[in-house]
Amino acid sequence: MTHTTQSNNDLLLTVSDLKKYYPVRRGILARVAAHVKAVDGVSFSLQRGETLGLVGESGCGKTTVGRTILRLLDPTSGEVHFNGTSVFALHGEELRQIRKQMQIIFQDPFGSLNPRMTVGGIVMEGMVAHAMHPKTERPERAQALLERVGLSREHFFRYPHEFSGGQRQRIGIARALAVEPKFIVCDEPVSALDVSIQAQIINLLSDLKQEYGLSYLFIAHDLAVVQHISDRIAVMYLGKIMEEATSEELFRNPLHPYTKALLAAIPKGVPGEKAKRQTLPGDVPSPLNPPAGCPFHPRCPQVMEECRSKPIERVEQSAGHFVACHLFPASAIGSAKPAGAAG
Amino acid sequence: MTTAQTNPLLEVRDLKTYFATDRGVARAVDGVSFSIPPRTTMGLVGESGCGKSVTALSILRLIPSPPGRIAGGSILFEGQDLAALSEEEIRHVRGNQISMIFQEPMTSLNPVFTLGNQIMEAILTHQPVSHAEAREQTIDMLRRVKIPAAETLLDQYPHQISGGMRQRVMIAMALVCRPKLLIADEPTTALDVTIQAQILELLEDLQEEFGMSVLLITHDLGIVADVADQVAVMYAGRIVEMAPTVELFRNPQHPYTTGLFRSRPSLGRKKARLDVIPGTVPNPTHFPEGCRFHPRCAYAVDDCKKTDVTLQNISGEHGSACLLGQRKELQLQPV
Repeated sequence: MTHTTQSNNDLLLTVSDLKKYYPVRRGILARVAAHVKAVDGVSFSLQRGETLGLVGESGCGKTTVGRTILRLLDPTSGEVHFNGTSVFALHGEELRQIRKQMQIIFQDPFGSLNPRMTVGGIVMEGMVAHAMHPKTERPERAQALLERVGLSREHFFRYPHEFSGGQRQRIGIARALAVEPKFIVCDEPVSALDVSIQAQIINLLSDLKQEYGLSYLFIAHDLAVVQHISDRIAVMYLGKIMEEATSEELFRNPLHPYTKALLAAIPKGVPGEKAKRQTLPGDVPSPLNPPAGCPFHPRCPQVMEECRSKPIERVEQSAGHFVACHLFPASAIGSAKPAGAAG
Repeated sequence: MTTAQTNPLLEVRDLKTYFATDRGVARAVDGVSFSIPPRTTMGLVGESGCGKSVTALSILRLIPSPPGRIAGGSILFEGQDLAALSEEEIRHVRGNQISMIFQEPMTSLNPVFTLGNQIMEAILTHQPVSHAEAREQTIDMLRRVKIPAAETLLDQYPHQISGGMRQRVMIAMALVCRPKLLIADEPTTALDVTIQAQILELLEDLQEEFGMSVLLITHDLGIVADVADQVAVMYAGRIVEMAPTVELFRNPQHPYTTGLFRSRPSLGRKKARLDVIPGTVPNPTHFPEGCRFHPRCAYAVDDCKKTDVTLQNISGEHGSACLLGQRKELQLQPV
């Protein structure tokens, strides 16, 4: 897996072998007894103007990936390059500057807005922090943004508690856009919202992407939503990416048994065709004590002997379709193709 | 609504549950009627605040009073009006003939008692059995909900097991007295999709085994399609559409129902844009006049703002609370 042949002009973000471990301390001396491997060797890349969906069940590490890229969490190891700059090597003013280009929209529209600040204050906070625009112009810009995300100019003077969940998510989007970022991590932006409101927010995010030339890392557990908005999708399980492909390819031709199980588990919404569900046995194991070999092997219907001990490796099975599974060994097909070439 | 030949197990008639709030009376449930025949599953679908959970809590008389009260209607369970029972009498029904499982298995289990204790409590409350027998029944039930090592689990506490396991324990607790009706309020919403599939399958198997009826409350139309025989769609305290599941999915009539279907992205079929229902759900203290959906409805005509529309049969067992479906002269045309 090399990026050497890739022309770097189109690449906005590359993540290489990212790891984030949390120490677990025990005893009176609080010695490190073990590590929770929340993210355990994740690699992917994102092109300009592209949306990469990151899906997985709770606790798989998808949120940690997003936050580590933005340096909201410190990585254990690995590299993240944004626009050719190594994000983990930056400090102080340089880090502040790059953060202006990378924003986040949070899942919880209630917990993520400061209840003591007006909506205007929230949206302008980033402009103030980055000394953007003359002071007198900021309110006008903030109000224009509020209008753009489907709120009205008068909302500038109101407080977050006066708004519904969907409206608050719009405030969060305006806040992220205020500093004119190139890249936004959308961390479960619609999962706390009602179905009819979800569609409104998803359409808004699609429109804004076109309009401002944004790239998204779209983190969610709802495959139907992720498929709708993403160009490519990466499926995570226990800190690792199991499969990555364009969203059409992933749904048409899923390779990893976990991806297949995820797709099969989703209710199809077609009554009268009550085919026996193919349920996956067992629970998601704790990341504190992940299974050896392939982390999915205890639940895998196609488990083989080597899965129990041999670590999995990411292999490019066909152009742009990556899979980490012993059913698809590296030797079977040339894996030297450039990463993300299908985007 | 149902033309079931047998008497319905549960028949809710014109149920009204109101809450007194600082901003006025919230009509959380405002004239809801439906019935559930024995051994069938009714899906109650709607967005947050539509009154679906309050409907369920009203059936079990679990509405906190004050501020809430059942302001009208009847809840006939095997012919007996639950709304008229005394607190003492309803306690014999609750957990015994009608049980409920909740969305959040963590907060609905008591963290300071062992799981065995909590399940046995239900048996010891309702049945004249010894402690040892109750324990036996508990272990038997835990095996039926496919919990491995049931004996060990009895002495564990809720925090020691996973979310999926907790929901299995909740189901065991609800079913241990063999209720005739199980109310499941978003039973899989807090669970991962692979675990959700396990729990839905388990519920279906147990329903068949015990011959019970299920009132399944959910916001997820996909789940309803999978498990419900009949569906009622709620909006702003009322049922706006009700039909057998296959009929509702093939031939949805109410603009709110069709809006819900269209606004969901569907797997494998990629659309450029999602259709949206504009606006937001109205506040239950200030519902719009006339049809409560009219401010968000693309088909609304002048009459919709004035006429208080009710659920009426449009064909067979299919009811819709929409003037457009009820009056043939009005064409379904977006304005």
